[in-house]
Amino acid sequence: MIQSNVINVSGLDLTFETNDGPVHALKNVNLEISKGDFVSFIGPSGCGKTTLLRVLADLDEPTSGKVNVNGVSPREARESRSYGYVFQAAGLYPWRTIAANVKLPLEIMGYSKAEQIERVERVLNLVELSGFEKKFPWQLSGGMQQRVSIARALAFDADILFMDEPFGALDEIVRDHLNEQLLKLWKSTNKTICFVTHSIPEAVYLSTRIVVMSPRPGRIIDVIDSNLPNERPLEIRDSKEFIEISQRVREGLRAGHTDD
Amino acid sequence: MISRRSMWSEGKLIPVLSIIGFIVIIWYGFSIVLNAPWEYDKAKRSSITLSNVELISNTWSQKRPKLPAPHQITNEIWDTTVNKKVTSKRSLVYHGLITFYETIYGFIFGTCLGILLAIGIVYNRATAMSVMPWIITSQTIPILAIAPMIVVALGSAGFNGLMPIAIISMYLSFFPVVVGMVKGLKSPDQLEIDQMKTWSASKFQVLHKLRAPRSMPFFFTSLKLGMAASLVGAIVGELPSGGGGGLGFRMLSGSTFGNTLHIWSGLISAAVLAGTLIAIIGGIQKVVLKRMSLEM
Repeated sequence: MIQSNVINVSGLDLTFETNDGPVHALKNVNLEISKGDFVSFIGPSGCGKTTLLRVLADLDEPTSGKVNVNGVSPREARESRSYGYVFQAAGLYPWRTIAANVKLPLEIMGYSKAEQIERVERVLNLVELSGFEKKFPWQLSGGMQQRVSIARALAFDADILFMDEPFGALDEIVRDHLNEQLLKLWKSTNKTICFVTHSIPEAVYLSTRIVVMSPRPGRIIDVIDSNLPNERPLEIRDSKEFIEISQRVREGLRAGHTDD
Repeated sequence: MISRRSMWSEGKLIPVLSIIGFIVIIWYGFSIVLNAPWEYDKAKRSSITLSNVELISNTWSQKRPKLPAPHQITNEIWDTTVNKKVTSKRSLVYHGLITFYETIYGFIFGTCLGILLAIGIVYNRATAMSVMPWIITSQTIPILAIAPMIVVALGSAGFNGLMPIAIISMYLSFFPVVVGMVKGLKSPDQLEIDQMKTWSASKFQVLHKLRAPRSMPFFFTSLKLGMAASLVGAIVGELPSGGGGGLGFRMLSGSTFGNTLHIWSGLISAAVLAGTLIAIIGGIQKVVLKRMSLEM
């Protein structure tokens, strides 16, 4: 089981203590993610999708339940640097060049100078930003900045990529383009990707599995395995299969909503 | 932030000069009012009547006026900087340099102490809880009250001259640095801190690569406040030290001997010194923050 599943979650509960009393962020979440999967978490705001991702990344601690990442606890997984995390905002340091920003985790992890240079070049090439090494973040568009942040998460050899609404702040056209690029990247690197979004087309277009979630308390409503082919041009969004899956996601979201 | 260039280029030279002119005129007026009684006295004693012109010109040229006129102060400063040897005790440059060194030492000590305390407070809750009340208490004690004790205590421990005064200067200057740097080191947002966590960065790496560079705007503001406090500390420290020299000493002796020209020239020199030092920090701040793309 440990070999096939990269992530195992069973009976996960998380309650935040706030001034207005406890908030049940996640309730009885069970989930298995196998190696090489592209899993999207979709749901309205407050459904706990970001919290679930943060638990997997050891940024939040569960109240109860078992979580395994790469066969170990989230903390051990984090400490052995087995995942890269892309946040909603690019979070680039304005005083560092693009190359130096991508280099930052490599410096922290103690890679040799030569290897840092080699890796920065490789991942910037991967996100099609070669030639921008010496630019500063303010000289780049929002979409390009987010690509830099993806490159930064790819720079060290983590085989899991957590992405928390990385394209949420971008316009539709840029978003489509980045989705296409991300798919290509996923295929060429064979990473396991957990992707949080609230866009149905984005989730269906990208994923091999879609986890539909619902708020108060945050829980999983449905897990949909996508039967879309591996080759996915943007036009696939007009196909019958695509529309069917979208409908099922929408139904799941609606079902979750009538509960409250 | 208004840069100096825009201040002049946008035609603000005239307003600035007219304010200065206005102050000078008022000053001359007060010189007449405050110095006139003595002139009347003198005239009465020698039984002469003064014309208005005589009265005014007399009030602006007394040897020991209550309020010296601006040109008298300017002449005094000119005389004690250009016409006196730098090594002479009558030279303002001599006294200015003494105060300058005390200020710089106090500033360096204070900045280092302030940064160390800020790091301790940001990284250690126990430090924050135990040290912060003392830091605040230290600033509520009038510096004038403990300065003599510091001078005496350090003097008996073998520290004389510049060092005790630099310590007093540090005592005032570390405070704005602590306050500013605590704020600065805490200025990274949650996302940046989480990001560091996902890379399993050590505390030192977070400090060195994230918190320190992020704190730079706060750092320079702290330095400016700290520099001003250092100078005040140096001047206050000179008062109980006696003999050593410095602008504070010059002002004190001026006050003892009723020499208002010494007081005013010392005062203005201190203001010019503070202004220059703060302007230098401001210049470095502009260059550094611009290079770091942190300019606000």
